[in-house]
Amino acid sequence: MTELVIQAQTLSRDFADVKAVQGLDLAVEKGCIYGFLGPNGSGKTTAIRMLTGLLRPSAGEVRVLGLKLPQAADELRLRIGYMTQKFSLYDDLTVKENLRFIASVYALSPRAQKARIDELLDLYHLEAQQQRLAGRLSGGQRQRLSLCAAVMHKPQLLFLDEPTSAVDPQNRRDFWEQLFDLSAQGTSILVSTHYMDEAERCHRLAILEYGIKRADGTPEELMRNLGAQVVEIASSDPRRLKQRLLGLPQVVSAAQLGSRLRVLVDAAISDPVAYLSHQSALAADDALTVVRPSLEDVFVVSTGARSQ
Amino acid sequence: MIALQRIGAVLSKELIQLRRDRMTFGMIVMIPLIQLLLFGYAINTNIRHIPVGVLDYSHSGLSRVLIQTVEATQVVKFTQRFSALEAAEAAIANAEVRAVLIIPADVSQRLARHPTVGLGSPPASDELTARPVAQWLADGADTLVAAAIRSLRGMPLTELLDKPANRTTPTFEVTLLYNPEQRTAVHIVPGLVAVILTMTMIMFTSAAIVRERERGNMEMLITTPVRPVELMLGKIVPYIFIGAVQVAIILGLGHVLFQVPINGGLLQLAAATFLFITASLSLGLVISTLAKNQLQSMQMTVFVLLPSILLSGFMFPYEGMPVAAQSIAEALPATHFMRLIRGVVLRDVELVQMMPDVSWLALFTLAGLTLASLRFKKRLD
Repeated sequence: MTELVIQAQTLSRDFADVKAVQGLDLAVEKGCIYGFLGPNGSGKTTAIRMLTGLLRPSAGEVRVLGLKLPQAADELRLRIGYMTQKFSLYDDLTVKENLRFIASVYALSPRAQKARIDELLDLYHLEAQQQRLAGRLSGGQRQRLSLCAAVMHKPQLLFLDEPTSAVDPQNRRDFWEQLFDLSAQGTSILVSTHYMDEAERCHRLAILEYGIKRADGTPEELMRNLGAQVVEIASSDPRRLKQRLLGLPQVVSAAQLGSRLRVLVDAAISDPVAYLSHQSALAADDALTVVRPSLEDVFVVSTGARSQ
Repeated sequence: MIALQRIGAVLSKELIQLRRDRMTFGMIVMIPLIQLLLFGYAINTNIRHIPVGVLDYSHSGLSRVLIQTVEATQVVKFTQRFSALEAAEAAIANAEVRAVLIIPADVSQRLARHPTVGLGSPPASDELTARPVAQWLADGADTLVAAAIRSLRGMPLTELLDKPANRTTPTFEVTLLYNPEQRTAVHIVPGLVAVILTMTMIMFTSAAIVRERERGNMEMLITTPVRPVELMLGKIVPYIFIGAVQVAIILGLGHVLFQVPINGGLLQLAAATFLFITASLSLGLVISTLAKNQLQSMQMTVFVLLPSILLSGFMFPYEGMPVAAQSIAEALPATHFMRLIRGVVLRDVELVQMMPDVSWLALFTLAGLTLASLRFKKRLD
């Protein structure tokens, strides 16, 4: 059996009358990149804060790296890294000064500090910016600086809260390469995102909505076990078609992609193409194809199509 | 050892940020400099040249000489002449003058019968001789001005009559120690140290933690292994040096510009200042754990600052306050430091002779630091 770095049972957290996280069960294996996928306000940040010991759960049990939280939070801090959603290093310090501060706070010896900072600046392509104030960096540079700070003390487990929300696509790709490098070196990573393509890169992921875990598994499992079939219809009037199809109880969702309509049909229907072509809403020349489900389809189905 | 390294990390970070913050950096020097010049010159309890008017019913040579003699005391300065009582009263009401000297028509008779003229003391029953020479009508609302006018009540008139001074033996002999010339600056400048340090030290530190929270750095800080007390100490230490610089500016310039003596030992002075700076800083830290933003921390600073100016004995003597106000004053670090610094600077007192004040400041610091560290939670809830 593989070692678990995060174990949580029925983890919950209430803020006044808002239930931010409800009954979350989690099991994250060592060395894996685990994703939290969910819209804003789905409880991703609250869950991460509980797992890092920053928030006390209202109910439930958490063990991170074998340490019981929130009691062992101080000990845990030395072994985890946390990259906050908002840039939280000092804007009025340079890149190097920020890293030196972090290194000293983690009690690296002066010699080790210098070596580690140089290594990180090189690894994350920040040498040219090392004398620049953090407040003057671009989004991608800031994000790399935050990652540098989070991995300064070589944590066994890294928490990343929406790390790529202010970054362009090329930087996002590079960033994920860096995460895979860390993962290959044995670092376990928990990352939250609301991007489907990022979620698809994770080894495993949990889909969160309104603080409740709607589904979890590997992206492949989730797509394979989708409780619906996906049909794409090329139509001359996809907007009107969508309105009419959504009235059918067996149609879970319908989303327009240019001139095509992506329709999710309940899995109980054995032949979705035949079912759909018998609907009066369809014109004779509409072309129907069954396609492979995507993670977005999984998201739509598991969050109950409420996002229509 | 590790704790020291973490305190050092916070400290050097704080210094770098301070160096980059030009505005704050400038304030460190400008606040004591400007306030010293302002208050050192402006605050004066020896009231001189009060603008007054005169209502002269006698129009005699004697009345003119009387006016000149009064003006020669430098307490008042005659700026207006009135011909009717109504006009004089209106001028007092409009604050054009603070008092009016009313010289009666029979001023020469009154003067002739006045005991100081030296015709010997007439019997007390003689009503005419008991009458004063002239009358002052003063704005009594301002007690300091009223007192200055009242001090003229018994002024000698021998000069007026060109007679040798016929001094009476005073009941008490008064020897004024430490400030024989009665210069207000000697009293005010050491007190200014307490007021300025209260303001800057509490303001800087109370903003220190709040700023981390406002700028979003707190979320990062609490995920690091830095302990609350290490964070507090790292933030306090740079300001101890800043406080020392400010004290040097105030007392140094006060010595040069206002000839304020520094009679006590520098070591005593340094020790007293250190105690007060740390007490103010820890109070600032407590405020910073209470305030949610920098505006709130500023408001709370002012809340402490005003009683520190008005109740600490900086302007008004502690002894004159009612007991309730005295106990509030006793709680303020500024009150105790006011006694210490005036004691050391003016009277060359050793701190060991003022242990109650010294220990209050030390305890205050300890309590403040503990409270701030306890209140600062390394959690978000």
